[in-house]
Amino acid sequence: MHRYRFVLYRPLQLIPVLFGISVITFVLVRSIPGDPARVLLGPRSTPDAIARIRAQFGLDEPLWVQYLYFLKNLFHGEMGKSILYKIDVLKVLTTRIEPTLVLVFGAVLIALLLAVPLAALSARYKGRLADHLVRLFSTAGLGFPPFWLGIMLIILFSVVLDVLPTSGYGRDFGDKLHHMILPCLTMALPLAAVLTRNLRAAMLAELASDQVVAVRARGLPETIVFWRHVLPNSLVPAINLLAVNIGWLIGGSVVIESVFAVPGMGQLLVRGIFTRDYMVVQGVAMVFACASVLINFLADILTVAVDPRVRL
Amino acid sequence: MSAGPVLSVRDLTVSVARDEGWRPIVDGVSFDLQAGQILGLVGESGSGKSMTCRALMRLLPGARLAITGGSIRLGEEELTALDEAAMRKVRGGQIGMIFQNPSSHLDPVMTIGAQIAETIRFHQGASRREAMRQAIEVLRQVGIPDPTARAGSYPHEFSGGMRQRAMIAVALACQPKVLIADEPTTALDVTVQAQILRLLLDLRDSKGLSIIFITHDLGVVSQTCDSIAVMYGGRLAELGPKRDIIRAARHPYTAGLIRCQPGAAATGTYLETIPGQPPTVDAMPSGCRFHPRCPRAGETCREHQPAFISVDLGHRAACHFPEGPGQEAAR
Ligand SMILES: Nc1ncnc2c1ncn2[C@@H]1O[C@H](COP(=O)(O)OP(=O)(O)OP(=O)(O)O)[C@@H](O)[C@H]1O
Ligand SMILES: [Mg+2]
Repeated sequence: MHRYRFVLYRPLQLIPVLFGISVITFVLVRSIPGDPARVLLGPRSTPDAIARIRAQFGLDEPLWVQYLYFLKNLFHGEMGKSILYKIDVLKVLTTRIEPTLVLVFGAVLIALLLAVPLAALSARYKGRLADHLVRLFSTAGLGFPPFWLGIMLIILFSVVLDVLPTSGYGRDFGDKLHHMILPCLTMALPLAAVLTRNLRAAMLAELASDQVVAVRARGLPETIVFWRHVLPNSLVPAINLLAVNIGWLIGGSVVIESVFAVPGMGQLLVRGIFTRDYMVVQGVAMVFACASVLINFLADILTVAVDPRVRL
Repeated sequence: MSAGPVLSVRDLTVSVARDEGWRPIVDGVSFDLQAGQILGLVGESGSGKSMTCRALMRLLPGARLAITGGSIRLGEEELTALDEAAMRKVRGGQIGMIFQNPSSHLDPVMTIGAQIAETIRFHQGASRREAMRQAIEVLRQVGIPDPTARAGSYPHEFSGGMRQRAMIAVALACQPKVLIADEPTTALDVTVQAQILRLLLDLRDSKGLSIIFITHDLGVVSQTCDSIAVMYGGRLAELGPKRDIIRAARHPYTAGLIRCQPGAAATGTYLETIPGQPPTVDAMPSGCRFHPRCPRAGETCREHQPAFISVDLGHRAACHFPEGPGQEAAR
């Protein structure tokens, strides 16, 4: 079981990653041109009022002092006050995490549910009609920009068919799911396209492998050959592909949450940037960084579980 | 010994589809595999040894390859006439196959025990438990120490020799009568090679297994086989009991192969080689395929394909001018 020992010490890596991310975003966010106090007070602000706000949020201190304040607050479980929401950023974040989690995991789930059968169909009937159709899908899925795809899906399902809501997020569980179908689908389709292509190639390579010859030489039927031997051996590259693409997914959530007006982290980030709400941007960036480290960690655990040869 | 061979191959022809039509890769191969015997199939790289064996299993690699003639009889059954479902019962059930490279021919992400048990479950419809019990028994039979624990190991956790044993166990899961071994010892070092050969001989003796043993190495053949088939350019050049072939090869190609063996050269002399290259599928010489490289070739050899004629009891050669006794009798 010591193949899983990395599970114990890998989370420690989060510490330097978070530290690095906090420094970088701290500096970057504050180098965006514009002044949060001015944005907050609007066009009719007086120099006096601006100075008051700046003092209230500690914006008049040198950068490194601001950063030390930030670290000190972090130790007390606070991320600093949001300029826009007037409450601690951590509280803002907790209300925003759920929609984004649903969006990203929903998208991954849909992508997998689409990609595995499609790739299997395509690989098993290589060169036949089914294969051509699947390849058409995987090329097309990559070609459309997500915001365009989102708008097309809204037109089809919300306007023409009128079965799904155009935007927003529901109250209870069922309502939320109902609202999240289109955003998840929009995010899932391009991902499914990449995954299908990648899985198909892995399955074809595996179908031509020596071990498959040996399995056939034992008389096992093609269904067993495929689902018990080809598929498990094709999963490792797919898991890695998913892990690599998680950055893309998180970035994509910003666009998709804007298109569908989903009150998630992505939308919060956009709003934070426009209002120069430093603390919010900082907080979202750190959550995204954590998420991407955690997801890679999860992918490593999966890889070790799927492939007994892998040691980390 | 029981009456008749376990496996009887007649005029087996395997062809590859080219734009201009079918081109034979294996051309009119005939041999018998007697019960409890080991038949050595030797020949240079590309002579069609693997292709012949894949044809016996009806597992030709690629859609452009097909059996275009001949018959393969396993006992009473004509394998070329079976449908795919019946053929699957033969594969693994009656004929097992092992390969040169166990690392690539075992599923890396499935335990050895599971790979054996899976075959047993499919062929015998055994329960999970019963299949695993049998799997452990098979592992014991191929000489894997502590089989109960090792059944749970993955292929990469075995050493080279043990992995080869594991592959043999996987192939023998359902106690087939015939084992096709495609160069099973080529990749192994000499001591391990000897152990695996010993194991195959033991299995032949204890289970009455009949084995087709493919190799490049005439030394290995002379240690293990009962009879030898020599292939050249997709055809059989010579076939006979081991003793006759090693001591009195009639086909000049066989004779050349024997002289090429490192052991055959006396100290201080050059190791002989057969000059020239083996032919390729698309550039087969006319007449006797060996004639461009043959020291004895004459006009006839260029023009006429030699018949696969009997030169002695159970000993056949395809040559117009065979070596050794009886050569004056030839034209
Ligand atoms: N998929 C294929 N399509 C067409 N021709 C093939 C294919 N695979 C092999 N051949 C040809 O068939 C011939 C016989 O190949 P085969 O693998 O049986 O040789 P072999 O005697 O086993 O050689 P080796 O000792 O290298 O294993 C070779 O000339 C090869 O080029
Ligand atoms: Mg071969």
